[in-house]
Amino acid sequence: MQLARLAWRESRTTRRKLFLYMSTIAVGVAALVSIDSFARNVTRSVREQSRSLLGGDVQFSSRRPFAKETEQLLDSLARAGIPNVRSTTFPSMAVIPRNGNTRLAQIHGVSAGYPLYGAITTQPAGRYETLQSGPNALVDPSLLIVLDARIGDTLKVGYGEFVITGTLKDVPGTSGLSSAFAPRIYIPARYLPETRLLVFGSTAEYAALLKLPSDRDPKGFAAPFRAPLTRQDVNVRTVTQTEESAARATESLANFIGIVGMVALLLGGIGVASGVRAFVARKIDTVAVFRCLGASGNQVLAMYVVQAAAMGLLGALLGAVAGVAIQFLLPLAFVGLLPVDVHVTAEPVAILTGVLIGGWIALVFALRPLLALRNVSPLQTLRRDADSDVLRMRWNDLPRLLINAALILSVVAVAVARAQSVRQGLWIAAATGGVLLVLALVASALAWGARRSVRAGWPYVVRQGLANVYRPANQTRAVMLSLGFGAFLVTTLYLVQNSIVQDLALNASSSGANLLLFDVQQDQAAPIDSIIHARGFKVTQQSPVVPMRIASINGRSTESIVGDSAKNRRAGWAVRREYRSTYRDSITAGETLTAGKWFAPERSGAAPFAPGDTGEVSLDAGVAGELKVKLGDEITWNVQGIDIPTRVTSLRDVKWTRFEPNFFAVFPSRVLRDAPHQFTVLANVPGVLDVATVQRDLVRRFPNVSSIDLSLLTETIGKIVARVSTAVRFMALFSVIMGIPVLFSAVSSTRRERIRESVLLKTLGATRAQIMRILLTEYALLGILGSLTGLVLALAGSWALVHFVFDVKYTPQFGPAIAITAVMMVIAISIGAIAGRDVFKETAMTALREG
Amino acid sequence: MLIAESLTKEYRSGERTLAVLRNVSFSVQPGEFVAITGPSGSGKTTLLGLLAGLDTPSGGRVILDGAEMSSMSEDDRARIRSAKVGFVFQSFQLISTLTAAENVQVPLELRGESGAERRASDLLERVGLAERATHFPTQLSGGEQQRVAIARAFSNRPSILFADEPTGNLDAASGERVVALLEELNHESGSTVVIVTHDATLAARARRQIRLADGVVIEDTGSTERVD
Repeated sequence: MQLARLAWRESRTTRRKLFLYMSTIAVGVAALVSIDSFARNVTRSVREQSRSLLGGDVQFSSRRPFAKETEQLLDSLARAGIPNVRSTTFPSMAVIPRNGNTRLAQIHGVSAGYPLYGAITTQPAGRYETLQSGPNALVDPSLLIVLDARIGDTLKVGYGEFVITGTLKDVPGTSGLSSAFAPRIYIPARYLPETRLLVFGSTAEYAALLKLPSDRDPKGFAAPFRAPLTRQDVNVRTVTQTEESAARATESLANFIGIVGMVALLLGGIGVASGVRAFVARKIDTVAVFRCLGASGNQVLAMYVVQAAAMGLLGALLGAVAGVAIQFLLPLAFVGLLPVDVHVTAEPVAILTGVLIGGWIALVFALRPLLALRNVSPLQTLRRDADSDVLRMRWNDLPRLLINAALILSVVAVAVARAQSVRQGLWIAAATGGVLLVLALVASALAWGARRSVRAGWPYVVRQGLANVYRPANQTRAVMLSLGFGAFLVTTLYLVQNSIVQDLALNASSSGANLLLFDVQQDQAAPIDSIIHARGFKVTQQSPVVPMRIASINGRSTESIVGDSAKNRRAGWAVRREYRSTYRDSITAGETLTAGKWFAPERSGAAPFAPGDTGEVSLDAGVAGELKVKLGDEITWNVQGIDIPTRVTSLRDVKWTRFEPNFFAVFPSRVLRDAPHQFTVLANVPGVLDVATVQRDLVRRFPNVSSIDLSLLTETIGKIVARVSTAVRFMALFSVIMGIPVLFSAVSSTRRERIRESVLLKTLGATRAQIMRILLTEYALLGILGSLTGLVLALAGSWALVHFVFDVKYTPQFGPAIAITAVMMVIAISIGAIAGRDVFKETAMTALREG
Repeated sequence: MLIAESLTKEYRSGERTLAVLRNVSFSVQPGEFVAITGPSGSGKTTLLGLLAGLDTPSGGRVILDGAEMSSMSEDDRARIRSAKVGFVFQSFQLISTLTAAENVQVPLELRGESGAERRASDLLERVGLAERATHFPTQLSGGEQQRVAIARAFSNRPSILFADEPTGNLDAASGERVVALLEELNHESGSTVVIVTHDATLAARARRQIRLADGVVIEDTGSTERVD
């Protein structure tokens, strides 16, 4: 207790300085608290709004109109006090007859009372409530813009005509992004038949939303219906499932920025270590006196650990306050990316965790330099050695080794706790360690190189500046670590983001076509081909599409498979989904065969596929994994009520990001040729005006055929990526900002010796300009090498991330990367110049007084 | 009280070994007032460091109040210092962040003793600085700082007090006052006092002088007579 009191008193004048050093952790804690709090806000909001997200307590949905049995079930439930409302969703071309403009839209035919929870708001207000009063339509504002339409215009969907009565403002359960690909149009369900669009094979989703009495558990209620409804091709979804999947989606976003938070914390730790090193140097004299007066090494250490812990905790608290403030700004960075309205409130658990983790990391990083105080000899009161000699520790000093181990374990623990998996956490920790190791090695190499390259003939200021890089108690390693790490982080974020965007753009143009037509009926394929040819353009691909479901795998029915134990469970979505498959005899450019053999060429005169035959099928490797299916396994497909047995003869790696029709299952022509099918057509129609003309021709002749301009899609994706980039850039900016105090801290670790020396130089007659040039030489060298090392590491790191994690083509952008490096360099030199100002504040008398 | 036996201290400088002290032996009785003198570079301060257990000899041994310091760990020597030794330095070495009274309390607080405040206030009164108890070192003159240092040195009732050029940074009047104080406290408490100095006047006030040159004892008056 007395020791704690003594520690408190002793810290009197240096408290502020120590707080400054320890508070570099504040930036890391701010990042942690803001990110974690925000993630919790999102999860909480998802939970609160999950009913509005789904629109009801339970949803039955199907890719085809409900079977008679399903309708009977819904009727009986309604009679038992469980009402339902309906929605039918499908893509279709929307046309404004007044000007002939067309655009692909997502049509929502909704019954009265839809949705059961949450409210759809409109501009002008109250128009959703009057939607059902006639053939009205409510549309996304963006649709009005692209169609050059206005409220009051007639809108044609298929053969049906509607009056636009307003625009949609807020639709619960959808993020701004969902309307980016195809703007939404809400129409009353009873006018759907007038569109004449819901024909065979149309891509449509039929849904019924159910409202349960408040005391009924949705999960328990849905359970008995799952199996019979699955047989009727109906999926059952409860509000709980919606909540879980929405939470998962936001979790991955939180995970990404969570890693940035972890790195911020580590940078903060490095800042603390450098700062405390400076603090320790200032305390040598005091410690020597304490030692003379009988204090043991451990007493001295305990005294300063108490001070550091208190200041670290204070720094962490400060960080938490800043974190809460930033948390309120985060929704601005993520605007339009989240499916719910996020209610931002302070999250005590996140704050407490942030403060504790931050306080601990600060303490562990501070302990390393503090340990050196144990070794300060009382002899220093009589004869003062250089700081670096006094503080030197043996490499095999046990407490030092223990602290190093604690440090590594803490970093690994934080990484594992914040990553999505233990493996990922270990990788992140290892990568961080690797980067720091490389930077430390480069720092040593720089010091070594500087020592050997100095030539007597060089100007004095340059020699002195270079000498500063390798002399005892240099700051080379501290500056290299913080600067290099900052440069590495920011550049990596930029390069990864850029490669992803570039890859999307590249894929969009890779198919050589830009107009995608879908829902083309069998008899429409040929006339559509001629329409496009007549305008002088080319159809590049025509893929037949056959809807089907899996009936059994290796003789076991889907119902029994779904009920498997958790260990053997195959992914439910993959077993139950409707597969839109194709048949063709060749592999496309976007696919690679990963196992098995492609279909043998069809022999002329071969017998047609007959009942009882087993056909071949090629599966996407990913979906085969989800289905737990391997080469040679047998899958029976239900194609329009007819069972077709097949054997898996090959697996393909499908590049899903290519903008062209891709398929989970591909069959040889002879297996599916005779099944009822429709087509997806890809055409090459360059030029915005030509696309519009072709689309108009098509929609006039075949209103059921939807088409989308892929270049428009690329543009839309670009916009989405830009929005994500804003979030990423926000984090990058955050890392630069946090790098600055760390850099200051690194510089200040040797400030004392630097001032002492510079003042001595002044005493010996050096001018201000000379001293400034010496400092600038040193900082320029450190800045250039630190940022360049960061750049090289970022190139390697971003390549690894792009290659192994995101699996896209690596397209480094050297220009901006070098620009980032230059900025980091300028920051380093500026900090050097600012450090120089302190030197000029001291008079030559200081040197004489200090002796 | 204090025995130096064949003390040698060598420093290695590159290939060369530099002997700062060679074969120094003497003993000091309880209550003695001894001055170690000699020109600059003769090894005075090194000897003081060894005697007080601040450093370890390359050869020989130091026995302080029956305890052999040379074979002890740094922390064990710290415990001996805490219990038996007081220090006065040329540059005062007060802890700048503590007030005068708090500086005096430090040795007692390090030992976890109670009543440190009372003792500090008594000692400050004794050195004539009761009014300055709450002042920080920077608010005190050199002479006053050294008197606080003396109060601190006596706070743990040391059996031996080491002083390194205690008047070196003081003007004549302040120096005189400090020496007088050391003599008085030596007399009152019966503590042994060992002073290192090259100030002939100060040395002359000691009852015994040990003169060093080039690391060896060239004269030990061994006198118990006080020279005025």
